[in-house]
Amino acid sequence: MSNSVQQTQARVAASLRRRYRAERRFKLYGLLAVLLGVSFVLFLFGAIIAQGAAAFRQAQVTLDIQYNEDVLGLAGERTPEALATADYAALVREALRARFPDAQGREGGRAALRLVSNSAAHELQRRVEVDPSRIGTGERLTFLAGADVDQFLKGKIDRTLPEDQRPLSDQQIAWIDALREDGALRLAFNRGFFTNGDSREPEQAGVLGALAGSMYTLLVTLVLSFPIGVAAAAYLEEFAPRNRWTDLIEVNINNLAAVPSIVFGLLGLALFLNFFGLPRSAPLVGGLVLTLLTLPTIIITSRAAIRAVPPSIREAALGMGASNLQMVTDHVLPLAMPGILTGAIIGLARALGETAPLLMIGMVAFIVDVPRGFTDPSTVLPVQVFLWADSPERAFVERTSAAIIVLLLFLLIVNATAAVLRRRFERRW
Amino acid sequence: MDLSAPKNSRTIGDVTAPNPVFRAREVNVFYDQKRAIHDVSIDIARNEVLAMIGPSGCGKSTFLRCLNRMNDTIPAARVTGLIEMDGQDIYDKRQDVVQLRARVGMVFQKPNPFPKTIYENVAYGPRIHGLAADRAALDEIVQVSLQRAGLWDEVKDRLGHPGTSLSGGQQQRLCIARAIAVNPEVILMDEPCSALDPIATARIEDLIDELRASYAICVVTHSMQQAARVSQRTAYFHLGELIEVGLTDRIFTNPRHRLTEAYITGRFG
Ligand SMILES: Nc1ncnc2c1ncn2[C@@H]1O[C@H](COP(=O)(O)OP(=O)(O)OP(=O)(O)O)[C@@H](O)[C@H]1O
Ligand SMILES: [Mg+2]
Repeated sequence: MSNSVQQTQARVAASLRRRYRAERRFKLYGLLAVLLGVSFVLFLFGAIIAQGAAAFRQAQVTLDIQYNEDVLGLAGERTPEALATADYAALVREALRARFPDAQGREGGRAALRLVSNSAAHELQRRVEVDPSRIGTGERLTFLAGADVDQFLKGKIDRTLPEDQRPLSDQQIAWIDALREDGALRLAFNRGFFTNGDSREPEQAGVLGALAGSMYTLLVTLVLSFPIGVAAAAYLEEFAPRNRWTDLIEVNINNLAAVPSIVFGLLGLALFLNFFGLPRSAPLVGGLVLTLLTLPTIIITSRAAIRAVPPSIREAALGMGASNLQMVTDHVLPLAMPGILTGAIIGLARALGETAPLLMIGMVAFIVDVPRGFTDPSTVLPVQVFLWADSPERAFVERTSAAIIVLLLFLLIVNATAAVLRRRFERRW
Repeated sequence: MDLSAPKNSRTIGDVTAPNPVFRAREVNVFYDQKRAIHDVSIDIARNEVLAMIGPSGCGKSTFLRCLNRMNDTIPAARVTGLIEMDGQDIYDKRQDVVQLRARVGMVFQKPNPFPKTIYENVAYGPRIHGLAADRAALDEIVQVSLQRAGLWDEVKDRLGHPGTSLSGGQQQRLCIARAIAVNPEVILMDEPCSALDPIATARIEDLIDELRASYAICVVTHSMQQAARVSQRTAYFHLGELIEVGLTDRIFTNPRHRLTEAYITGRFG
């Protein structure tokens, strides 16, 4: 007997070593998988941040502007029409010529003007129209530099290349160096990136339009898909009879979750734009389409969360004489809320990153104005990324990455809000 | 249907009681095709504790859950026969389930307080039924219910703590307080002490004895001693049939059916 006990123990000991080895191996594989995942994430984030960080600084040039009547071509006129058609770019050109006497002739003037963004002329026009008495005076102003200058300052343009292979001539580079010498040209924080809408000129392009569009769109999605999704899930779990119809609905919801998102875009185009005649490119329609897209996700995860509520809680509530609705709203939903929120966040995060369905409803249009409401034409962050990534100008490369950073930050904020909410709802039972 | 005494009942002993709250006649319960309760007829009297005993799976819980229609929540369950409460068929279409459950409280085998505060656990029932006019009245109900459940002294300083933070025995008394807070006429208890230690069990048994003054109580139990201690009448179930009913003293000293005898003497179960 004792012999067999010893034999058993020996076998257990032998197998123990094998089992521990297997466990160590498993842990190692797990660790490797995690490391691989983390390194991909780090690489991705590192690459995006390295590329995008430059966009948060922008070259600015300070010039002494003389509001010269002859240069403006006004000849004593002060009517609004005259002021609106005056040649403000000439003011910039003359300021540069005063600084660089070698910028002569049409060619020289044009080359000099390339150093400054064309937003400078708009800025000057605005100033004169606000206060025409400026004409005849002068002031020192800071403007955005041209996109090429910006790229040059950030080291993206190689001055050692032959002149015909770079966007800036030797003469322009000499001017840039001179301006930098006396501090008139420098990199500063790029406020415009956060306060401007899109633009054809990279140095004027900002992300606010897309950000506002994303917020409006997401708000519509949240306000529609969360209550509808949770109500549908609660109905299907707690009230609906189990029969062929509910089975059919269940199968269809699961199928909807797997439908490619562009199909929802086509549906939105046909239904909301063509049938209901809602405005094109509007966050309202974008939100509706994304609601269709997120509803299955929210319904499926909410149902799982509702199902995970212990039956004893339901029995307790019903046993007290709570109606089915009271049982659901007072006990089941609060307990399922952490899980429901997780599902909603997964759905919303997916909606926030969606591009394809929004292309179908026209949210891909080039829109300069920041949207001010749910029906203003607008675009969203991922579509903005797509648009900029598609632009040929060099300076859009860093803006693309910067827009991705903003998108990721937005996502982070949404997730953090959900985490806080979830913590508040989490209770033991 | 004749309510006075079922003729072809195979149950030994007198299933009727004077002035009963509940009258069950030829009740059958099916789970899909499977018959879990066979032709059970029994009365439940006021101010008495009825103990239901029997081997596991014999249908005690199933029958108990017929009395407050908790079986309605199981789609597969189907109940036939007649169950009357105060002369009203509780399976009648006009009977409101919510109202029935407000009149028939239930305490479950595993303590299942709501994941809310102790106060909210007790206040929930009165609140949904609109029993308290104002906050002071609600406070009063909560305090009285907790006192009657013998829990007040232990929790009066921490009514805002979660009900789930109490010990198992305290949780079960909280569930009893919750049940009596809506002032029911009957309290159904399904193995209320099976998760508790002997001291907590003794407290609940004392409590049941006190509550008998105001309510009719049905207790399902696996403990013969408990049945003997707390009940006035005992019903013995076997494979879905009600084998024998009688005064508890008589059942335990002089069982008439051989199955009853075999069970209470511990030969199976
Ligand atoms: N939800 C259900 N679906 C199908 N069959 C069930 C269900 N609940 C109980 N049954 C069956 O009904 C019979 C009686 O079960 P019940 O729970 O009433 O027994 P019990 O006497 O309470 O047993 P225990 O003492 O173990 O609690 C058993 O055979 C059981 O398998
Ligand atoms: Mg049972």
